[in-house]
Amino acid sequence: MSERPADPAAMARALEERAYLADRGLATALHLALRLGRPLLLEGDAGVGKTEAARSLAAALDAELVRLQCHEGLDRSQALYAWDHPRQLLHLRALEASGDRPADHEAELYDERFLLERPLLRALRRGGQAVLLVDEIDRADDEFEAFLLELLSDFQITIPELGTVTAPSRPVVVLTSNRTRELSDALKRRCLYHWIDHPDVDRETAIVRARAPEVPGDVAARVAELVARLRTLGLYKPPGVAESIDWATVLSDAGELDAQQLVDTLGVVVKDHDDLVAVRNAVDDLLAS
Amino acid sequence: MTDEPTWAIGLAAALRRAGVTVSTGQVIACQRALATLTAADRQDRYWAGRTCLVSDPDDLVVFDRVFAAIEGAAADTVPEEGDGQDGGIDTASDAGPPPAPDPTYGDDEVALAGAVASERERLRHRRFDAVDERERKEIERMLDRLHVAVPRRRSRRTRPGRRGELDLPRTLERALHTDGELLDRAWRTPRTRPRRLVVLLDVSGSMAGHARAMLRFALAARRTADRELARRVEVFAFGTRLSRLSEALAVRDPDAAIAAAAEAVVDWDGGTRIGASIDELVRTWAPRGVLRGAVVVICSDGLERGDPAQLAASMARLRRHAHRILWVSPLAGDERYVPTQRGMAVALPYVDVLLPGDTLEGLERLADALARSS
Repeated sequence: MSERPADPAAMARALEERAYLADRGLATALHLALRLGRPLLLEGDAGVGKTEAARSLAAALDAELVRLQCHEGLDRSQALYAWDHPRQLLHLRALEASGDRPADHEAELYDERFLLERPLLRALRRGGQAVLLVDEIDRADDEFEAFLLELLSDFQITIPELGTVTAPSRPVVVLTSNRTRELSDALKRRCLYHWIDHPDVDRETAIVRARAPEVPGDVAARVAELVARLRTLGLYKPPGVAESIDWATVLSDAGELDAQQLVDTLGVVVKDHDDLVAVRNAVDDLLAS
Repeated sequence: MTDEPTWAIGLAAALRRAGVTVSTGQVIACQRALATLTAADRQDRYWAGRTCLVSDPDDLVVFDRVFAAIEGAAADTVPEEGDGQDGGIDTASDAGPPPAPDPTYGDDEVALAGAVASERERLRHRRFDAVDERERKEIERMLDRLHVAVPRRRSRRTRPGRRGELDLPRTLERALHTDGELLDRAWRTPRTRPRRLVVLLDVSGSMAGHARAMLRFALAARRTADRELARRVEVFAFGTRLSRLSEALAVRDPDAAIAAAAEAVVDWDGGTRIGASIDELVRTWAPRGVLRGAVVVICSDGLERGDPAQLAASMARLRRHAHRILWVSPLAGDERYVPTQRGMAVALPYVDVLLPGDTLEGLERLADALARSS
């Protein structure tokens, strides 16, 4: 792993090299997550770059990004480990064919080679070589959250058939949440916390330029300014940074920037029918500079 | 000011005084955080404090205020927030609510006067807005025992079953006992889970009695033996705005929770803006998956003060998220009831079931309708 950034400014520079522009608050939060060895809980509107922050942090640290996408009903066999039953069965049949009594070889069935590593186990084994991203933790059940809390305090788990696995060093842990439900107080207190806001126009311009270098500066600035206005219209699905980047890319391909083109390509940023109607109605105000 | 240990402790103490919960572990983290930063730098102090001591976006405004106070100096990074105290405390208690339904309609007691109905039977047919305090308590007790069930949907998890997919782990385990021969195969079938139940209560003046009973109904759903359903009941109150009651209900007595919600969402004129409230529901809660595939129960008389076009539009949106929409309106109990063009009539096309639900018997019928709405 490359050397860890020494302070928030170094963190911001390291992320910038990976085309991720973090403001001071986010850079400080990531810096502290690293230095204090605590998980970082990131919240913010859809599309502000929560997941991308973890991805870029992993790239900056030259560590592996291990991502666990949470959903309702997520359980240990999807999050931690599972046994490869088809291969176990094949092995059993092979033993039988060779004339052995399979029951004598039961221990063999629970060998490392039949173990399917899921994200949490992988991150645990990689330790400090990994950035563990637990994405949308609020979608998982309470029980899973409690289990995760336990894992995040000990960084070790026990597989009954194999023994205890302990992380060689602590992986960096980033959790994201969309606030569909309140997380437990215990989990929140264990974590550092950062709320990511939508970037301001200047920063968004810079982000578009960093992510899509082929976009001319004036197009990036115009798009950032328009997207900032769109976010004030009270849309059902306000555009995120990813939409700005897409829109800027589309518009830079088109060449000249005129009002008609902006209107024609609105579907790239506004992806909801009712929102589109609302934006078309307000289009004159929107485009007025 | 930048003596770190005392600084962090002082900040934490001030935050606690302002109502933010801060644990000792968080304070220690903050002290350690400052040690890795430049404690003399105001920005570093701000972000270290904010990252370590705050864990809820709603507390960020409080943090900014407390930080500014602690630092004393001019607030350069800190937005000056007004407290939003606009004196909207006065609720519908004494202001003229929309006209109540004509009292001559609710003459259930006349119809029953000749019959020797049991107390329980009599109460089952009493309109919620015509009961006295003693009757109300008794009705609430009966409501508490009501069995509420919600249709179920398939989940991604499975359980052992007689047919379905091959259950390899269990088959393997059985094969071990038969020398690896797959004689006895195990199967698994998808589990089902109850759908989410989302209850929207109109708490404006004329609906207060009904909203209280309906809230008991929602609480009965929460208390069912089905723990999965219990966790999936969401309750919102609305008047001119929307407020989520689900969390308040966990810690407060239901009557206090609804009174507090009414204070927060009902303006002095007592008017109901159903369309705006549903719109807020869809905007805030649909992206968080709360409405997806849910069974939604709206309890309101449908007298819309706002723009009927907005009501229609927001109902159309709600329709696309929800599995079923049931509307409970005390007015619907009257045979002469005709939905008004300004309210109910525009919402009706998006409603699966319209029920009166203005008596205990009505709510029992609602429970039946819920269970059948698959």
